[in-house]
Amino acid sequence: MNESTCTVINLKVRNHPGVMYHITGLFSRRAFNLEGILCGQLEDGTTSQIYLLVKADQSLEQIMKQLNKLYDVLEVSLMKNYNRSLFMRIHDLINAESIV
Amino acid sequence: MKYSGAEVIIKLLERQGIRIITGIPGGANLPLYNALHKSNIQHVLARHEQGAGFIAQGMARTTGRAAVCFATSGPGATNLITSIADAKMDSVPVIAVTGQVSSNLIGSDAFQEVDMYGLTVPITKHNYLVKSAEELIRIIPEAFQIAESGRPGPVVIDVPKDIQVQEIEVDEWPSLKQEHELLELDTDRIKRVANMINNAMKPLLYIGGGIVQSEAHHLLYELAQRNSIPVASTLMGLGSFPCHDPLYLGMLGMHGSRYTNYIVNQADLLLAFGVRFDDRATGNANRFCPRAKIVHIDIDPAEIDKIKSSHASITGDIGAILKYLIPLTNSDHRLDWLCEVNKMRQDHPFSMPNSNDLSHPINIIKSLGQQAAPDTIITTDVGQHQMWVAQAYPFQHPRTLLTSGSLGTMGFGLPAAIGAALANPDKRIICFSGDGSLLMNIQELATLADWQLNITIILFNNGHLGLVRQQQELFYEKNYIASKFMTNPDFAAIARGFGIRGYDLDKDNQLCALFKKSLEETGPCLINVPTDFSENVFPMIPPGKAIYEMIGG
Repeated sequence: MNESTCTVINLKVRNHPGVMYHITGLFSRRAFNLEGILCGQLEDGTTSQIYLLVKADQSLEQIMKQLNKLYDVLEVSLMKNYNRSLFMRIHDLINAESIV
Repeated sequence: MKYSGAEVIIKLLERQGIRIITGIPGGANLPLYNALHKSNIQHVLARHEQGAGFIAQGMARTTGRAAVCFATSGPGATNLITSIADAKMDSVPVIAVTGQVSSNLIGSDAFQEVDMYGLTVPITKHNYLVKSAEELIRIIPEAFQIAESGRPGPVVIDVPKDIQVQEIEVDEWPSLKQEHELLELDTDRIKRVANMINNAMKPLLYIGGGIVQSEAHHLLYELAQRNSIPVASTLMGLGSFPCHDPLYLGMLGMHGSRYTNYIVNQADLLLAFGVRFDDRATGNANRFCPRAKIVHIDIDPAEIDKIKSSHASITGDIGAILKYLIPLTNSDHRLDWLCEVNKMRQDHPFSMPNSNDLSHPINIIKSLGQQAAPDTIITTDVGQHQMWVAQAYPFQHPRTLLTSGSLGTMGFGLPAAIGAALANPDKRIICFSGDGSLLMNIQELATLADWQLNITIILFNNGHLGLVRQQQELFYEKNYIASKFMTNPDFAAIARGFGIRGYDLDKDNQLCALFKKSLEETGPCLINVPTDFSENVFPMIPPGKAIYEMIGG
């Protein structure tokens, strides 16, 4: 995929088990494409940071608006100058071996 | 003082002003019902959870305030799903409190366990799976705030049984949330919209449910009169503008009148206020109002530019915006535009059935509309009768039509009427239904009999799924399949079987007399009206066609 056709949405969300469902559910229900997800806890664990790799097409504005409406999503922003290779090398980043 | 989780819920619902709760008890919400036992809140036992969901909707749609329904876990919860999805699509503030299996059993495929949280993610405004009794203190008021604020919608609170019995110390109850904060008005944008109105030659108001939610009907009337702007309404907006006013064009869209849709298509400025460009209102959206600049005002930012790009838009409460906008608009008679509008109205009138055909649903709906008090609340089910009511009933006040607009749920009408009657004991409720729809929640006749509410059910009985049959006739080469019922039950007898007066309209029985009787006597009744199955709803925009490409009528 051409890098210029993608962008990254940065979310700060409440950290609980249902939050990922709200976000991925939104993408499937509204037929938006989702190319990659990176996620991790912030500070004390009550919030998480999620980076969504999405196609930068005409649905992007609607995606941002719909994400903004989710109550467990605290902040939404679009990132530029991101390091796209992170999404391609997550296995290297984890740097672990399978045990089963 | 110590309270159980269930007692905390009931206490907080009382504090929110809830007087009536509808639902059905079961294993996983029995602690909740045990707490309700000690409360002054009245409980209305439905006969199916979907009925309970629609009873709550009937209360919420007529009052604008959140209404509450209860269901147990598993099948109780899944039975609620359709009514919750319906509330989401029509922006109705409903709070569903569902029982869940105990926390330690979640995920174990326990008896009557279903992932209600997961199931309701896409059909709620927000939802909760409660983790502790403490959390309830925050969640219950927050649920009301979410359900009622901005664009209203349903909230599900799934409460495991162990949380319902968990005891916590409560010294102080949270203060009630104050009125919802109003967004700051973007006055520059409002000035720009005023300029667009003042400079337009053929402005048109396209209004919808947002006007009802905002209670902005008086302001809408003021704007329309001041600047002489004709008004077309969506199904959800009916009642927001007095139907006898010369500026009123009726309902636009799929089953709108020819003149309405033609006039909408002529506009050079479309004032889309509290609407969302639903396909039933616009026909083919790409070819909707090609000559018009679009001003879109809605409280939900995600609706702006979702279907149609606007030339100007404002996100916010339509009432607050209108208040600022109206003084900025010129007083204008718009003689040329209104002359064109009236010519189109005369050239392409709504095609009424022969007035001698007394049994035609449109004639019946019109005549009942003339007899009933203007504040009578109408509920409908879904299908041909629903569209005939939308076309012909003389709505004059907001919140007098309750109909499943977006989800289009057959079975909505009877339980919604029960909810409307519970919340409006001083008013008469008429439920227009069809034989297909009524059977989908017929068990709620038992709930109606319990409470002896002032509901008149007018059943247009054509022995068919009428709108399905119509589409098969028009678009599927008259291949009639599964649209005719093989048997047709005796609905008047069914009503009587439930303990409700049941009448058959036949040659000896004049509907007017029957209807008058139903208005004079208190309590419910059902009037079975045999209807010609070959009648179609016209005009109609065929699938994929533009708003001006109607057939029939």
